[in-house]
Amino acid sequence: MKKSWSHESKEYKIYVVLCLILGLAIAAAGLYALQKLLVPKYMRGVVEGSMIAEYYESEVPHEVLFLGDCEVYENISTVALYRDYGISSYIRGSAQQLTWQSYYLLEDTLRYETPEVVVFNVLALKYGEPQSESYNRMTLDGMRWSRSKWDAINASMTEGEHMADYLFPLLRYHSRWDELRSTDFEYAFSRDRVTVNGYYMRCDISPEGEFPAPMPLADYTLPETSMDYLTRMVELCRENDIELILIKAPTLYPYWYEEWDAQVRAFAQEYNVPYINYINLRDNIGLDMSVDTYDAGLHLNLTGAEKFADYIGQYLVNHYELTDFRDVADVARAWEDDILFYDELRDAQNAELAEYGELRSWGANAIEN
Amino acid sequence: MLFTSLPFVIFTAVLIAVYYLLVPRNERWGLLLIASLAFYFFADPRYLLFIGVTALTAYVLAIITEDYNAKRKAYLKANKENFDSDSKKKYKAVTARVSRLMLVLALLINLGILAATKYTNFVIETIGAIRNQEVNFVNVIIPMGISFYTFQTVSYSIDISRGTIKAQRSFWKFLLFVSFFPQLVQGPISRYGDLSQTLYEPKRFELRNVSYGFIRILWGYFKKLVIADRLVIGLKTLTETPDEYRGAYVFVVMMLYAAQLYCDFTGGIDITIGIAQMLGITVKENFDLPYFSKNIKEYWNRWHITMGTWFTDYIFYPLSVSPTMLKLSKWSRQHLGNAIGKRVTVYISCFCVWLATGIWHGAAWHFVVWGLMNFVVIMASQELEPLYAKFHNKFGFKGRKWYSAFEILRTFLLMSSLKLFDCYRDVGMTFRMFGSMFTTFNIGKLFNGSLLEIGLTRGDYTVAVIAVVIVFLVSLYKKLRGRDVREMLFERYHLFVLCCVVLFLATMVFGAYGMGYDASQFIYNQF
Repeated sequence: MKKSWSHESKEYKIYVVLCLILGLAIAAAGLYALQKLLVPKYMRGVVEGSMIAEYYESEVPHEVLFLGDCEVYENISTVALYRDYGISSYIRGSAQQLTWQSYYLLEDTLRYETPEVVVFNVLALKYGEPQSESYNRMTLDGMRWSRSKWDAINASMTEGEHMADYLFPLLRYHSRWDELRSTDFEYAFSRDRVTVNGYYMRCDISPEGEFPAPMPLADYTLPETSMDYLTRMVELCRENDIELILIKAPTLYPYWYEEWDAQVRAFAQEYNVPYINYINLRDNIGLDMSVDTYDAGLHLNLTGAEKFADYIGQYLVNHYELTDFRDVADVARAWEDDILFYDELRDAQNAELAEYGELRSWGANAIEN
Repeated sequence: MLFTSLPFVIFTAVLIAVYYLLVPRNERWGLLLIASLAFYFFADPRYLLFIGVTALTAYVLAIITEDYNAKRKAYLKANKENFDSDSKKKYKAVTARVSRLMLVLALLINLGILAATKYTNFVIETIGAIRNQEVNFVNVIIPMGISFYTFQTVSYSIDISRGTIKAQRSFWKFLLFVSFFPQLVQGPISRYGDLSQTLYEPKRFELRNVSYGFIRILWGYFKKLVIADRLVIGLKTLTETPDEYRGAYVFVVMMLYAAQLYCDFTGGIDITIGIAQMLGITVKENFDLPYFSKNIKEYWNRWHITMGTWFTDYIFYPLSVSPTMLKLSKWSRQHLGNAIGKRVTVYISCFCVWLATGIWHGAAWHFVVWGLMNFVVIMASQELEPLYAKFHNKFGFKGRKWYSAFEILRTFLLMSSLKLFDCYRDVGMTFRMFGSMFTTFNIGKLFNGSLLEIGLTRGDYTVAVIAVVIVFLVSLYKKLRGRDVREMLFERYHLFVLCCVVLFLATMVFGAYGMGYDASQFIYNQF
């Protein structure tokens, strides 16, 4: 191109402009592809990072929305709720999901639908400060961009994190070029489902063991920040005519102190919202922790999650006027697909358990090293 | 704002866009001044006070000097019939004395600020060490780039006093010369006579300037982020636990630091010059393929050029031709003979230059010793020159390719050895570690995987080696073809754009930045 064109000629100017446009396009496409390739996929082992984004794929309305950490997304079977009571629900939960993250996820959900009931698990109230960058990313990266996501990031960032890293995840994950795995290429542009309407299934069994004795705390007051966000959650629900229920899942560890329980109870009374601590209702639920947990009592397995769903579902239908979506053809069709996926997942896990005595494609054994 | 931080990139991008799109050509220097002051303000608002005082004193004293000289000159011209040769000389001597007084005042104020901010704790520490007492350091602010802008201002004051440049009559324009933001971080040390040629003139958008500047910025980031900031991780481990890494590891330190320092410093200068070029401003080059030098003198003519020429022009020459030195030269020739006598003043001047160079680099003894070691090596090589000449004449090696390569390698190794002072930051430790290369034979350890335990993975080494090879090839192209690779690329603009895209994407992916990496400041930012 250096040949005959003068740098002042019209042809040369067109040539330069075309080069620049093409260059910008290649750079943008390159950045897009590299970002897709380099961000973690959370498809094997640690799948929690995939959960939040899956919500946007769901096509059915959800009258019940669960918010919280692993004490909801591993302990309540959304399929059992539907199958037993016709409740269409979704769990917006992720690993160590902090109270303000749950609040902003609720705000985010309200952009798409308004549930009748929101169930919030209170364990995360104990955290008043952002905890960990990796857990932040698992929750926040999956959210679609909105004011809620922006605020959630601002409220969650630990030291060293920057908004720019969330806006352009390549800035955060560029160094993963050294640790790319086959799944990074396989799932660069599309992901598999890892939950059934937010419920993360585990079929293996590891009986509940002894937990360490609870450590005495210097101060049992629940942090102001998390309680403030809980108050905001109450107000947001009221503004949108949503019934809020506070629950403590029936698992014993991490330890839920009596003093914390009393504060939540007092809060619930003050704001006139129900609070149910299921720890004391394990027998009523029918939990047998020798078979209903997959990790020595920290979380419930499928049988435990179905029992807990059955119990909590009974409460929901008794206290709230919820639609029985089994009678709503469009919704029922979508749920049938979910049930199919649920059953296939269960069968696949049971087949692995029968063959190896343990799960190899899920959980810690599946982490790609 | 670090050069490598996102706010700086956004700041520069917005500035360039506003500069060309919104501001009239004649007013563009004003925008640069605002941007420079904003840059300094965001670093620390207190810095503005220091740079303001430095600029104001140099500006006022320069105008007083120039006006006074002009008046005296005009008076002399108007009344020349009243002056005979003797009275004319006397009149001129008075003029020169006043001019000198203004200069001394300017130097005292500005070098005084530099000394007070940068060297107070060094003096306290040294006195404490001499007296063997514990010392309390004082909390002094060291404004960013103070050594650079002070040297620029000092050169301005001296040039005004010498009458080689005209004083800038607009304070704001002069403030821009002192505070021009791209070069505040790590130089180069610009002279008013050079920089003012393009700093204030109305600029129009020129594709060549903007393109050359842009790719140079990318190239700078590539060197800084992909090579320098990656290698610094390994270097920290090797030099912060020296007892574990002796012998052959010291050679590794030499090699890594040679690459790291070069890419850090030249990378920063590339970004500086690139930004200036995008703005249509020509800033002096600071490097000219220093690692291709065949001897140390040549190396110092090619490395940190603006600092070297500054010391030559404002310390070496004035000192060499000062009345005291001339007297000393005469005396030493008479008493020590012509051969030795003529060297005495040169060596003293040279010694002063290298002492000042060492001190300029940092308020620490290892820098002083580093400077003096350079002096020793340069003097030794100068003294041995006749011997070399004899050797070359006898064997006829000179000019042969392999011998040139040997000379380049020799100079590279020698200069890399001297840089160990900067790595270990302790004079005794540096000598011990250098000595261990010849007393601790542990070369086998380099191949048992221990180099993968210093914070660098196989991937890091691979990326660093490939990037260094690319930097070498680009340098080699310039060396062999005598022109910059950018010029060749610019002739095929599509290739030019493609190179920009590749450089950008490579830096984005392989750069050592963000979480997991410490954002490392440019090494020369501390000077």
